[in-house]
Amino acid sequence: MSKSPAPPPAEPAPTDPESLSFEDALAELETIVRRLEGGEVRLDQAVGAYERGVALKRACERKLAEARLRVERISVGEDGAARVESAGDGPDGAA
Amino acid sequence: MTTPSHPTPPETAHNRPEMTVSELSASLKRTVEDAFGQVRVRGEISQPKVAGSGHCYLRLKDDRAVLDGVIWRGVMGRLSLRPEEGMEVIAEGRLSTYPGRSSYQIVIESLELAGEGALLKLLEERKRKLAAEGLFAAERKKPLPFLPRVIGLVTSPTGAVIRDILHRLADRFPVRVLLIPVRVQGEGAAGEVAAAVAAFNRLAPGPADGPRPPRPDLLIVARGGGSLEDLWAFNEEEVVRAVAASAIPVISAVGHETDTTLIDYAADRRAPTPTGAAEYAVPVRLELRAQVGDLGGRLDAGLARRLDAWAGEVRGLGRGIPPLGRLVEEAAQRLDDRAERLAQAMAGVLEGRRARLAERAARLPTPTAQISARETALGVAGQGLARAWATAARERATALAHLGGRLAAEPIKRQAERGEGRLGELEARLDGAAGRRLAALDERLAQVAARLEGASYKRVLERGYVAVTDAEGACVTAAGALGAGQAVRLAFHDGSVGAVVEGGSPPTAKPKPKPAAKAKPPTQGSLL
Repeated sequence: MSKSPAPPPAEPAPTDPESLSFEDALAELETIVRRLEGGEVRLDQAVGAYERGVALKRACERKLAEARLRVERISVGEDGAARVESAGDGPDGAA
Repeated sequence: MTTPSHPTPPETAHNRPEMTVSELSASLKRTVEDAFGQVRVRGEISQPKVAGSGHCYLRLKDDRAVLDGVIWRGVMGRLSLRPEEGMEVIAEGRLSTYPGRSSYQIVIESLELAGEGALLKLLEERKRKLAAEGLFAAERKKPLPFLPRVIGLVTSPTGAVIRDILHRLADRFPVRVLLIPVRVQGEGAAGEVAAAVAAFNRLAPGPADGPRPPRPDLLIVARGGGSLEDLWAFNEEEVVRAVAASAIPVISAVGHETDTTLIDYAADRRAPTPTGAAEYAVPVRLELRAQVGDLGGRLDAGLARRLDAWAGEVRGLGRGIPPLGRLVEEAAQRLDDRAERLAQAMAGVLEGRRARLAERAARLPTPTAQISARETALGVAGQGLARAWATAARERATALAHLGGRLAAEPIKRQAERGEGRLGELEARLDGAAGRRLAALDERLAQVAARLEGASYKRVLERGYVAVTDAEGACVTAAGALGAGQAVRLAFHDGSVGAVVEGGSPPTAKPKPKPAAKAKPPTQGSLL
């Protein structure tokens, strides 16, 4: 991916990978890989960085695997409350 | 005009029937409404005004005529456009009269813009106005999320557009889609689209997989291609404003690539087609999967390579460490070497010191030699002193003789003569000044004497007053000082006569012995 947002700090605060957005998780994973490949990591950090990378990769994969098209037709009342009128699983479910 | 159908009045002085104004007006109203029950008229809107009642009053005009018009409140809500000043329209409705004002008007039931040219002109003006408000400014554009979890869709629930979008989303990256179905053409379409955009913005954020519809991360407003009129709802101000005000990023996909509606300027991204909107909305899942897989592989390989590299480094450094025994031997040898050099050095240092002492002792001079050297120096200094004394005395004598020569009496004498001359001159000036001063004083004295004379009481006597004196010549200033039979003198300005006081009162409590004389002085005094 050519698009890479600002990389996370060199010593990332251990945010739960699952709570990150896909985009942020991917960007952090990319940073870790680059640092490992570039030899910028000390031995005592390398294993931690690797484990973090594996967790990020799993989170990304899960987010990709979970994706499912779900279409809901909603109506919004005067008070702004939304109500699902009908739901479908695919492009043809909404028609 | 048709003839009135009323029964004619019984008495007919004329052939023509006589009618009341109301009758005529009512007849006219029926006639007009029958004859023009359904008309289509083209003209330019002038002075549109919405009254408090909600009805809209306006005038239609062309270059020669004007027609009053009214749009009832109920009709206003259904119109596909707002009447605006200068708008070229085709109005449909019926003609009617307003008997109270002897006027006629068109009751408009529908309004459409006249021709594509008028539409484009209106579009251009509206675009300028909204652009001037900054609704289309580039800095208002929000970035689209990389991967939205929920997409809000505003479009028609049927037709190719929604199918295209959902298919493309499913192909690329299936997500949760919330649809608010709207009409995308004709009356009410603009209001529904604007309301849907606002409604999505009002939804509360929530988990993407929760039961309640969460607030979308991205909105797509879409419609298929059509004529300028078909797409008109997306040029309406309320739609443009709703999209510009949306806190959620909006992709607009209205019409074909060549159609540009005002919503496209207000949206954060304009897609050429509905399919394009889906492509802007989400990335391709398979590509992301490949990317994650690639990164995972590089992660493993990266760590393995790092560990290999470190292991190699450790091995390499290990080879560089020498055996312990050799290190000790080398150190012992260095120690022996130093000990030997220490012993040699001590002897060398002592020898050196001894040699330097001998040298210094040889260079030390004897006291006798020093005394004789000082004596010689003293003799030389004594001779110098005597010579200097003689020279100084000679110089002073020469200077004294020089000064004596310059001393003489002539300059002093000249100074005294100059002083005498100046003294004479000052004396002469002193005499003149004193004379002038005396003459001035004389003159001033004469002036004062004259003024004194003027102030004399005799001047007062000239004006008719009399000074009274007693026998001793003392001035009598009060009536109480006189008794009956007392002789007095009355002094006039030109001489005096004797007189005797006639009556007299005791000196006290004498309110009016000389009422005239008493009363007068104050007024005269003030005159003086």
